[in-house]
Amino acid sequence: MSAATTPVLTVRHARKRFGAVDALKDVGLTANAGEVLALLGDNGAGKSTLIKCVSGVHELDEGEILIDGEPVAIHSPAAARRAGIETVYQDLALFDNLTPAQNFYCGREIAFPSWLPSGLRFLASRAMDQNAAEIIDRLKVRLPRFDAPVALMSGGQRQAIAVARAAVFARKVVILDEPTAALGLRESRKVLDLIRQLRAEGKAIILITHNMEHVVELADRAVVLRQGRKVGELKPSRANRQKLVSMIVGAEA
Amino acid sequence: MDQQSDIASGPQGAGRHDTTLSAVRLGLRLLSVGPLLILIVLILAIGMVTPNFLSPGNVSNILAQTAVIAIVAMGQHLVILTRGIDLSVGANLALATVIGGLAYRWADSAVIVMLAMVLSGAAVGAVNGIVYVFGRLPHPFIITLATLSICRGLALQFAIGHTTMRGMPEAIATIGGASTFGVPNSFFVVFAVAAVLVVLAKAMVWGRWIYAVGGKPDAAVQMGIPVRGVLVSTYVISGLCAGIGAVVLAGRTQAGSPLYGNLLELDTIAAVIIGGASFLGGRGHVGHALIGAIMIGVIRNALNLLGVNIFFQMIAIGLIIVIAVEGDVLRNHLEARARSMHAGQG
Ligand SMILES: Nc1ncnc2c1ncn2[C@@H]1O[C@H](COP(=O)(O)OP(=O)(O)OP(=O)(O)O)[C@@H](O)[C@H]1O
Ligand SMILES: [Mg+2]
Repeated sequence: MSAATTPVLTVRHARKRFGAVDALKDVGLTANAGEVLALLGDNGAGKSTLIKCVSGVHELDEGEILIDGEPVAIHSPAAARRAGIETVYQDLALFDNLTPAQNFYCGREIAFPSWLPSGLRFLASRAMDQNAAEIIDRLKVRLPRFDAPVALMSGGQRQAIAVARAAVFARKVVILDEPTAALGLRESRKVLDLIRQLRAEGKAIILITHNMEHVVELADRAVVLRQGRKVGELKPSRANRQKLVSMIVGAEA
Repeated sequence: MDQQSDIASGPQGAGRHDTTLSAVRLGLRLLSVGPLLILIVLILAIGMVTPNFLSPGNVSNILAQTAVIAIVAMGQHLVILTRGIDLSVGANLALATVIGGLAYRWADSAVIVMLAMVLSGAAVGAVNGIVYVFGRLPHPFIITLATLSICRGLALQFAIGHTTMRGMPEAIATIGGASTFGVPNSFFVVFAVAAVLVVLAKAMVWGRWIYAVGGKPDAAVQMGIPVRGVLVSTYVISGLCAGIGAVVLAGRTQAGSPLYGNLLELDTIAAVIIGGASFLGGRGHVGHALIGAIMIGVIRNALNLLGVNIFFQMIAIGLIIVIAVEGDVLRNHLEARARSMHAGQG
């Protein structure tokens, strides 16, 4: 890996409560360009909560989020996307009834004329189809058909579409919440390859996963959360894999 | 194709895998054209049994009788696309004709009377949508059931004891009742509404958002689509279509009545489902509503010509709904099959 160390995304002193549950207690995090940051922790550690705050689904109670060193206000998913952050949610957020290209551009369609309010514009379907096809091709994702709804596609193909969508629109940060959880070996491989490609393109990637193999193989850095607190940060390798696991579960190494 | 070579290089039983997959695909394709095929077969079969059926007079009769169901069903289809249901359309239409009747007493102006009916329809739709969305109701069933009752009550109240309010401006009677070159004018209204809705649903961003909201509401929020606005708009359009249906019906009968549109909600929901749209949301187009409406019109008309009584007509329509919904279930099953088969291809 190139020694890229520009912090693209910084989270400082993040706190989030859900009623009586302290989901995040003073968590900090930085993600650098061209780097895969693994976000680790046991079930309920606060991983999804943290990334949902960054992607605009939840709002932080306290703390701040900085992009390229500048504080940004992220009050909605749309605001996060405007800031250059794209998220692949655990449930993918794909529309089964739409084609890959329609899924790609859903919510940010290419449309005309520009003087109309965005909802009343006319779809530039051919442009969207062509662009999406090119992108999917470039990412070496193979789809059985391009004009059929994604309902007909396998878990891996769907995952690939969701990752590709995030990859294309993310200018700075791509967040993936357990992108291989539901996949078989072969399909997991493809998604990991995609993540590598994104890293090579210089994006900052935050990867949530429970799969230690993938962490060791792919991550440049790992941040471990336990019960809403950051309990460690290290560079994963085969050698310290056991240490990483004990940090996650809370046993002393 | 990529996919062919993928299958060919598949691990085991590639040939059988291939044929099953094409069988599943064929099944899906048949299901997607099924309703239209059935309609064509139905028309040809009935035409052979009862020669009178295909006479120009009877065809134009069917078109005229189907117009109201078709118009309102096209609005209903947008609501069903978003996983909703609009039970109020029939009562909404009745109220609109009564308001039209009142407006006519006040001013003999086709424009004013027409506006009154259409706006009344849209207003009821707006109430449905706003209460459903901003009242955070779990499902639109209840609110549209409530407005069904309210609209019927208001219609009866405003008509002050009359079952019909005679008289409509000339132009409205022409739209609803007259023909041009042997084609009922109401059919042109169906055509115009269909054209506008096709453009909205297929060519405009708003239409794409309607499909997205119906396909996966959570994801629509995550993708930044104005889900609430989209939902409300579908109920407004459904109400608007009920108002347009009111113009056509009031024109054909040259009267308003609080009793109009009885069970129209069932006819329109049936039309959408029989036509091939999915009750599970996100699937369907204007053509489905039209095919379904014409199928209902054809079946009613044929059973009439054959002298079958009206009770049996209701039973027949009910049975067809069951078949159509089973078709929807079968489609989902086949899609799941196709999906798991693609998984094997990597
Ligand atoms: N919307 C919510 N309302 C209330 N509590 C919540 C909500 N979301 C998360 N929590 C709580 O916050 C804590 C952190 O949950 P979170 O989903 O972030 O964990 P996670 O690390 O993603 O776990 P997993 O590995 O199981 O996905 C948990 O105790 C959870 O119950
Ligand atoms: Mg989680």
